[in-house]
Amino acid sequence: MSNFSIEIREDRNIKILNLSGYLDAHNSNELEDQLKELIDAGFTRIVVNFSNLNYIASAGLGVFMAYIEDVREQSGDIKLCEMTDKVYTVFDLLGFPVLYDITRSELEAIEKFKV
Amino acid sequence: MQNDAIRLNSATTNLQVIRDFVSASARTAGFADDTVYKIQLAVDEACTNVMKHSYKNDPTQDIGISVSWDGTKLVVEITDSGLPFDPGQYHQPDLGTFIKQKKRGGLGIHLIRSLMDEVRYDRKNDKNLITLIKELKKS
Repeated sequence: MSNFSIEIREDRNIKILNLSGYLDAHNSNELEDQLKELIDAGFTRIVVNFSNLNYIASAGLGVFMAYIEDVREQSGDIKLCEMTDKVYTVFDLLGFPVLYDITRSELEAIEKFKV
Repeated sequence: MQNDAIRLNSATTNLQVIRDFVSASARTAGFADDTVYKIQLAVDEACTNVMKHSYKNDPTQDIGISVSWDGTKLVVEITDSGLPFDPGQYHQPDLGTFIKQKKRGGLGIHLIRSLMDEVRYDRKNDKNLITLIKELKKS
């Protein structure tokens, strides 16, 4: 039984991760494995779409902290988009908006890679 | 004062059960949806810390959670018989430094303190007791 899932798409050489459900300390390793696999395969331009994510605990945010430097060192980035207000509050309380690109729409996040 | 309590194993699979339990009580206590979300997140983070630090990821140990409420506030008490936890070691996390060092963790306590009105820690009879309080009027 899992109440968290990840779907991966590709758009113009950018990998897009769609997260669904509830992300906590029990399943954050699933996100970590997936992200690590992409980065190891050479994908460093990553967009994470949160529109179907109902809940996130700090273990989930920790995954983005652990890999952001790796991708930025290779001129890539992890951009975050389409968060619900509740999920955004958690990122905001921990100071993420200063250090991460968080956009309203997925398109904006993709466009940011072109600048 | 009304109350409800559960006791379960320190397995991370139980975090969803814990969130559902606490949310149901908070809703019954009269909290708005946004605040219910904050309370369940704070309790999730506190229990995650118990599982990881007090019990060193041993999923077979015991966590007790009791919730009580009246018309003014909700009190959540989390007990475990694992290693003592020293809240004095807490420092506000500096996200920029963490990222540079590829470090994580330490975020949970900061969240708990941001989300709740009062957070207390006691060590009694070889047990840890974490008390989290949310006032109804501030919700």
